[in-house]
Amino acid sequence: MTASHAQPIGASRDAEHASGRWAMRLVITTEACFFGYLLFSYWYLAAFATRWPPSDAQVSLHLSLPNTGILLASSALLIWAESGIRNGRIGQLRTGLALTTVLGAVFVGVQFVEWSRLTVTPSGSLWGSLFFTITGFHVAHVCVGLLMLLVVQLGAWRGAFTARRHGYVSNVGLYWHFVDVVWLAVFTSLYLVPVLNR
Amino acid sequence: MATVVADIAERDAPVERLARIWGTPPGLLGTLTSVDHKTIGIRYLVTAFAFLLLGGLEAGAMRAQLTHGDTHWLSPEAYNQFFTMHGVTMLFLYASPVLSGFSNYLWPLMIGARDMAYPRVNALSYWTYLLAGLLIYASVLVGQSPDGGWFAYVPMTGAAYSPGRNIDFYTVGLTFLGFSTTVGAVNFIGTFFCMKAPGMSVNRLPVILWGTLSSSIAAVVFVPALTVACVLLYLDRHVHTHFFDAATGGQPMLWQHLFWIFGHPWVYIVVLPAIGIASDIIPTFCRRPLAGYTFVTLSTIATIMLGSGVWVHHMFATGLPQMSTSFFSAASMTISLTSGVSVFAWLATIWYGRPQFTVPFLFMCGFIILFVIGGVNGVMTASVPFDQQLHDSYFVVAHLHYVLLGMNLFPVMGAFYYWIPKMTGRMLSERIGRWVFWLMFIGANLTFFPMHITGMLGMPRRIYTYASGLGWDTSNLVITIGAATFAAAVLLFLIDVVRSRFVGPLAGANPWDAPTLEWSVSSPPPPYNFAVIPTVRSPYPLWESRLGERPASVLDAGPALDDGRETIGTDALDGIPVAVLQMPEDSPWPLLLAIALAWVSLALVFAAWSWALIGVGLTAASMIGWLAPAAMRPVRAESAGSDERVPTTRGPL
Amino acid sequence: MSGSPSIFAPAGVGAGQIASLGWLLTIIAAAVVVIVGGLLIAALARPRRDRSHEVMRGTEPASATRWIIVGGLVVPACVLVGTFVATVLTGRAVAAPPTPPVATIEVTAHRWWWEIRYRGATADQSVLTANEIHVPVGGAVRIDLASEDVIHSFWVPQLAAKTDLIPGQTNTMWIEARTAGVYRGECAEYCGLQHAQMNFVVVAESPAAFAAWLAHQREPSVAPTDSLALEGRAGFAGHQCAACHAIEGTTSLGRIGPDLTHLASRRMIGAGLLENTPANLERWVVDAPSFKPGVGMPAEPIPLAGRPAVIAYLESLR
Repeated sequence: MTASHAQPIGASRDAEHASGRWAMRLVITTEACFFGYLLFSYWYLAAFATRWPPSDAQVSLHLSLPNTGILLASSALLIWAESGIRNGRIGQLRTGLALTTVLGAVFVGVQFVEWSRLTVTPSGSLWGSLFFTITGFHVAHVCVGLLMLLVVQLGAWRGAFTARRHGYVSNVGLYWHFVDVVWLAVFTSLYLVPVLNR
Repeated sequence: MATVVADIAERDAPVERLARIWGTPPGLLGTLTSVDHKTIGIRYLVTAFAFLLLGGLEAGAMRAQLTHGDTHWLSPEAYNQFFTMHGVTMLFLYASPVLSGFSNYLWPLMIGARDMAYPRVNALSYWTYLLAGLLIYASVLVGQSPDGGWFAYVPMTGAAYSPGRNIDFYTVGLTFLGFSTTVGAVNFIGTFFCMKAPGMSVNRLPVILWGTLSSSIAAVVFVPALTVACVLLYLDRHVHTHFFDAATGGQPMLWQHLFWIFGHPWVYIVVLPAIGIASDIIPTFCRRPLAGYTFVTLSTIATIMLGSGVWVHHMFATGLPQMSTSFFSAASMTISLTSGVSVFAWLATIWYGRPQFTVPFLFMCGFIILFVIGGVNGVMTASVPFDQQLHDSYFVVAHLHYVLLGMNLFPVMGAFYYWIPKMTGRMLSERIGRWVFWLMFIGANLTFFPMHITGMLGMPRRIYTYASGLGWDTSNLVITIGAATFAAAVLLFLIDVVRSRFVGPLAGANPWDAPTLEWSVSSPPPPYNFAVIPTVRSPYPLWESRLGERPASVLDAGPALDDGRETIGTDALDGIPVAVLQMPEDSPWPLLLAIALAWVSLALVFAAWSWALIGVGLTAASMIGWLAPAAMRPVRAESAGSDERVPTTRGPL
Repeated sequence: MSGSPSIFAPAGVGAGQIASLGWLLTIIAAAVVVIVGGLLIAALARPRRDRSHEVMRGTEPASATRWIIVGGLVVPACVLVGTFVATVLTGRAVAAPPTPPVATIEVTAHRWWWEIRYRGATADQSVLTANEIHVPVGGAVRIDLASEDVIHSFWVPQLAAKTDLIPGQTNTMWIEARTAGVYRGECAEYCGLQHAQMNFVVVAESPAAFAAWLAHQREPSVAPTDSLALEGRAGFAGHQCAACHAIEGTTSLGRIGPDLTHLASRRMIGAGLLENTPANLERWVVDAPSFKPGVGMPAEPIPLAGRPAVIAYLESLR
């Protein structure tokens, strides 16, 4: 095509695919609403129960509170990793991502340990139904996050990210922090409030 | 920060390079991997119309049964499946996808872009829609179609009272379909905020953009409520959880809240884009801009916001406290204010304009009348004590059909007559179109007006038969005659569409002398939409010189962006150019991921856990195959300097 | 019972209040349609000097904005304030009966019939029947609504608004009939195969007739005197009807189906499906599913010879 002339048409941003960030924001929004409705169901059923938590509820902070700390720490490490790549420090990115993944895996492991120690089942009681469904969906989201972290780590090792181009890391970071925030809501509703009300 | 530099070209310059870059190769592979929004849009339209016909057949069966009292031709099992599938098909498989079809086709052409923001996600949203619809209809093959009503209240849809697969097709099918709706919504929102042409600020957008944006935001926020409801019901049915089991602390009302928190916004989702279409078509045939554009767009947003807070009006008979029902009654009445604003904007546009009675315009007039009738009988049902008589009677059937035909089908019919010439390059027939309109308008009123009467005479909904002599017989006969008239209109429309493909007069780029950007390209448009990216400075670029304004939009010269599949990304509100976006090539991953999700869904319907697990693995593999390569591609060394073309990294979506 | 169960032919206090509200809303709705339709036709048909097809120059007339605000916002808002006030006032009026209830009825919905229990001062004062309710004209009756299977809805259009019966909770409503008569009741929440044929009857009668009816219903079943009916009573046991149906004063105590103690006093059978005549009763007993596919009562192929006795017995249960 014969060009009549070349012309600047506007400043370019950080050469990130800006529209990808919108997509991640929206996916997080819809998933946050999903958890919102799950917790709404929890609170609705709690409100109509004669007593809540019911007598068969097995709520304890022994594993869940440290586990919360582990998940929060993993988010902090991810923030550290992101600040690394923002300043061009690839090593910091790789280390941070690796540690985040490890802590995320520990979280999942501890959750499984907690489940195995419970005697209630999803079909055994309403509380069991709620507890396993809500924590189960959260763990599933953590696992998806772990997969995303692994992919991004592979990318980090292959030199896919620079100080100017690390949109994928930011987006995965956004998702991981979202999973963290959801956990805080789940932890507060399912563990903290019942324990404080005892 | 490098400044993007682009080659500026004339619109009439040779375009073989662009055509090669953007064209889809012919053949099966091209068909299955295409990410062209125009192809996807037409697929949505055709598929949605096919489901409209299926829903119509289901309605036909119901009318055959109900024309006279004491008819038992259809067994209650069959009838209950027919009315459930009619509702599910029309509300989920027709009403929203048909609007996605128009939005998908039109948005890039209206905003001066070469594609939607996420072309592969676009393809994914279509394939998952098609497969979810096929999954739901696969229930017919095993004779266990959903039969709990489109709203599927528990406990009746629980394992005890619905032991077959019927409700599993429902819960799994709708969850799968919800995935399609959600990713489609994400695509629309991303496009709205990233892909407008330079200069196209949000106050210069056709109203369909606002309607679909509102619907998409609502879908992102409210579809999860239905997903949660379906997930909880599925778990109750298969894992024996207790969410809805009254005997063990569960609450049947929880289902109703979750369903209607989704369900009420859903009915706005299926009408707001169509109302936007009306706001775009009416000005063309009044030869003047829309009166009160700002009012209309604000009322669109207000409608969806208010519509989020009225769901309890579906539950007025459940024994809720009066304080609560009064609040929702007031909120429900308030929504008619936003409708009133729009109606008077259209009336003003017509009054101060020069109405041209083309077929699309006739459908818009019909739309206004049906909209108003549906709106006022809605206010009648918003009044709690009166609703407690009208609820679950045929009066509500009248209301919902007036609003759905009025605010979805009639604008859609007008849209077909208006934009099919753009899609195919050939006009439909004005003469046949007038017959279609009048038969449809008369048929709609003959069918649904008498339902107000039968409802007020005490006829409940969802009954497979009724006794003669209750005063309902004559009305039901008239209703069936109306339905037959309506069906004749649809048949005539089909004939017109097929006929015009062969003998319709050539349309040219702008057969209606309409003002918006899609009419500046050929009919049908080339695969790259615009040879050069336009710069837009008003809502009616093609009318600027004649509206008495200084023509400021630049349509015949602009960046060619022909170094790969490229288009311009602009900022969220003002249309300031921000980046050159690399759009993805055709890809098989959307179809593969859709098939993997369909695998999981089918396995879940039959509670085949191992198969479902395999499907989950396939899903993960598809997602990784699709998204991972872009995230792992090593970056080439970048050169600095402000004269450099710096396109973005290729987006994965 | 004749004519339609129309909400605009009220025979009860609650339905009457709501019908007035309904007339107001209908008139307003009709007026809006006529006015807006008229404006549309005027806008389309009004004479225009310039008949060209050309795009119109010029900016938007200020009156357009005025029309949008006044016609689209201000006037509707005023009307809606009125409709909302009428809504709240009617809601308050029907929230409680004008006089304290003279009886309390517990209605339990089943798939697909209505269990009716009149609460008495003591247990043996209560009345258990099915599918037919009697109320005194001019007296309020409180109704407690429950369900043991799925959600149903109790609707007598000419007497009162409908209220759902939801498993796990008890909803309460009241009715007060103003006019004597027999009124149709319907289930108004889709509840499965026979939702369409889950009807009942409300008989509004003078307070004296109501008291007499209630007193009679309290009594155990009439013991049969003629030999045919006695033979039928044996047949009732022999065909295992007692497994589902109770008849007070006999050994038949089944609670799965409707109570039959005073079956012959009821106007309809099959939950408002058939008139209670000997011929209909025989056809129903022998093959209920043929009338109501899916009904809980299975077909009972009583040999032709044995039928007159069973029907005679059932007809004796006045």
